[in-house]
Amino acid sequence: MAATDQRNEVFARIREALRVPAPHRHAAPAHDAAPAPNDGPPASDAFRAWLPAVGPSLNDQLVMFAFNCNQLRTELRTLASLDEAAAQLALLARENNWRQIASHRHPLVLPLAEKLALPTLLTDDGYAIPDLERCHAAITGCDALVAQTGSILVSSGSAGGRALSVLPPHHVVIAQRSQLVPDLAAALALARERYAPNWPSFLSFITGPSRTGDIERILVLGAHGPKQLTVLIVP
Amino acid sequence: MTAYAREFKRMAARYTSDLRHRGLIQRALKGYETKRDEYKGRYQNWSEARQAASEIKWEAINHLDRHLAEFITKIEARGTRVFVAGTGAQARDYIVGVAKQNRVRSIIKSKSMTAEEIGLNEALEHAGCTVFESDLGEFIVQLRREKPYHLVFPAMHLTRDEISRLFHDELGSEPTDSPEELTMIARRVMRKNYCAADMGISGANFAVAETGMISITENEGNARLSTSLPKIHIALVGIEKIVPRLEDLALFLPMLATAGAGQPLTCYNTLYGGPRQPGECDGPEQFHVVLLDNRRTELLADPEQRDALHCIRCGACLNVCPIFRNVGGHAYGTTYQGPIGSVITPHLRGLQDWKHLSASSSLCGACTEACPVGIDLHHHLLQNRRNAARERPSLSEKILYAGFVFIMRHPVLYRLSTRLAPVFFPLHRLVKGTFFDPLRAWTQTRDLPVPARQSFHAYWNDKMSNRKARHGGN
Ligand code: SF4
Repeated sequence: MAATDQRNEVFARIREALRVPAPHRHAAPAHDAAPAPNDGPPASDAFRAWLPAVGPSLNDQLVMFAFNCNQLRTELRTLASLDEAAAQLALLARENNWRQIASHRHPLVLPLAEKLALPTLLTDDGYAIPDLERCHAAITGCDALVAQTGSILVSSGSAGGRALSVLPPHHVVIAQRSQLVPDLAAALALARERYAPNWPSFLSFITGPSRTGDIERILVLGAHGPKQLTVLIVP
Repeated sequence: MTAYAREFKRMAARYTSDLRHRGLIQRALKGYETKRDEYKGRYQNWSEARQAASEIKWEAINHLDRHLAEFITKIEARGTRVFVAGTGAQARDYIVGVAKQNRVRSIIKSKSMTAEEIGLNEALEHAGCTVFESDLGEFIVQLRREKPYHLVFPAMHLTRDEISRLFHDELGSEPTDSPEELTMIARRVMRKNYCAADMGISGANFAVAETGMISITENEGNARLSTSLPKIHIALVGIEKIVPRLEDLALFLPMLATAGAGQPLTCYNTLYGGPRQPGECDGPEQFHVVLLDNRRTELLADPEQRDALHCIRCGACLNVCPIFRNVGGHAYGTTYQGPIGSVITPHLRGLQDWKHLSASSSLCGACTEACPVGIDLHHHLLQNRRNAARERPSLSEKILYAGFVFIMRHPVLYRLSTRLAPVFFPLHRLVKGTFFDPLRAWTQTRDLPVPARQSFHAYWNDKMSNRKARHGGN
């Protein structure tokens, strides 16, 4: 027998429980810019004053993104042209001995991936999981790069589905300089503008190659997802 | 004392005397503290960020009916099936039902403490499914048939040698002392499981009301794989995981990572808003969200402790807790260890059975200080003690205090007792901590203060009369 949904009962219990209000535990904040209690939660642009600082200019943000990539062990290459990007990709392919790759139909990404002239699986029209698992690298686009955290925002649309950016052992992201945003709030706002209300079923902030510290809290890269993450920034 | 309390005492005594275990935990947490402080230092204002996080959670929890309803409407609109479960049993039945209906055999699971709470794996295995834990730490404790040691670091009590031996025995791998190689062994095993699994099960760290999405935070990529490849994805979500707006995550995601693991941001922070949508090339065909009450509404009904539902399960309070650091995660006997576990377990499983955890605290307040959403943990421990005593007063304590009051009110008796103390003290020494000692619960591990040979009264009187005598002599 299937279990029956307890929606009404649970909601009734919640409403009953909330009849007595809870105190706001925090005294008035010391700072003027902070919200006063009972004023409702603070707006997300207020977070900026408290989270790690991000410089105002694009150059500051590029420097910060590069600094974070370095700490996270994301390889970052800033390139002057698409040709340079193609050369960089070819170099990566040689160094890491890629024999088959995966990508998706993306106006910026696909032409570059095709220049490698390797057998290429495109995920756009569906794929068999074992085929994708065999690929040595995935080359994808993204929605945004986040300076504050060194993250890459991807979605089902911008990165060729859910699995392409996590199953192959090496993930290469191609991004334009203009895709760099200062912080997470800006990245979420950008996603909202681009998608709402038809949100994709998948959105992810990728912050460095897959990692674990589960054995003696020692950092190991490449736990279940990619062992290597490369970001190529093109003009 | 209940059986749970006796077991806790036994385990706590065992672990605290195990110096190797204590050394291991201290070392692991030392690194965490350094990293956490480093990244906290990058915040322009951690304490205000913390207050904002607390305010947002206050709003979410105190208007839970509204936010939860919005979450359900929004996520259902994109083809998600939502099931609201009043109890753990209902949630288990539903999930087992979905597995049976779809003839599921093999299940890949990413870390979920909520699933631990309701004993989901056992129920699924009972129904004939094989469940693979994919998070490395969970995979290790599953192979050892153990419970997770810590909310966030399930296998932090094990050394690489123990893990190597475990893998050798269970998986037939070559022994190694490299954490990297051990991780790769698990990776190879798990790769096969992802590709073959019929169903993926996950928890969630946040449920965004406004857009109808769940957010999952992880480092390894196992949750992403578990939710991308199988045809069915079930997420088990406690009703308290709600945050009102999408942009709230811009605050919670970094704070969760910094407070909990000493990271600026966890490696993957993923939002799922439905099953595979038209035009998408992969993702599950079915997406179920199971919203779990399981006595959370009882905690909600206590306005004094309601803010314990603000918890984002970061684990920071465990990491800094002197009790946790000595008795370890397995002594508690609860799903949720450490200070937050001691606060909420009495609500989830019964106050009288679990009140002993609130007594096992030095009330130092390190947990409250560490909590990124500002839960007043150590005062909640005190409130649990008060509530337990109110509900079931202890006769012996009553007699003790009545006697104390009586003596204090009668100067003759008081003076007599200060005279007798030095006489009884050596006698007490003879039986201290033994069966014949009425105070043994206290004196087994503690010394009574030595009674002064002279009371202050007597000392003062002596001094005054001496002085008078001296002055008189001049
Ligand atoms: S109570 Fe606070 S510190 Fe403890 S796990 Fe929850 S959020 Fe983290």
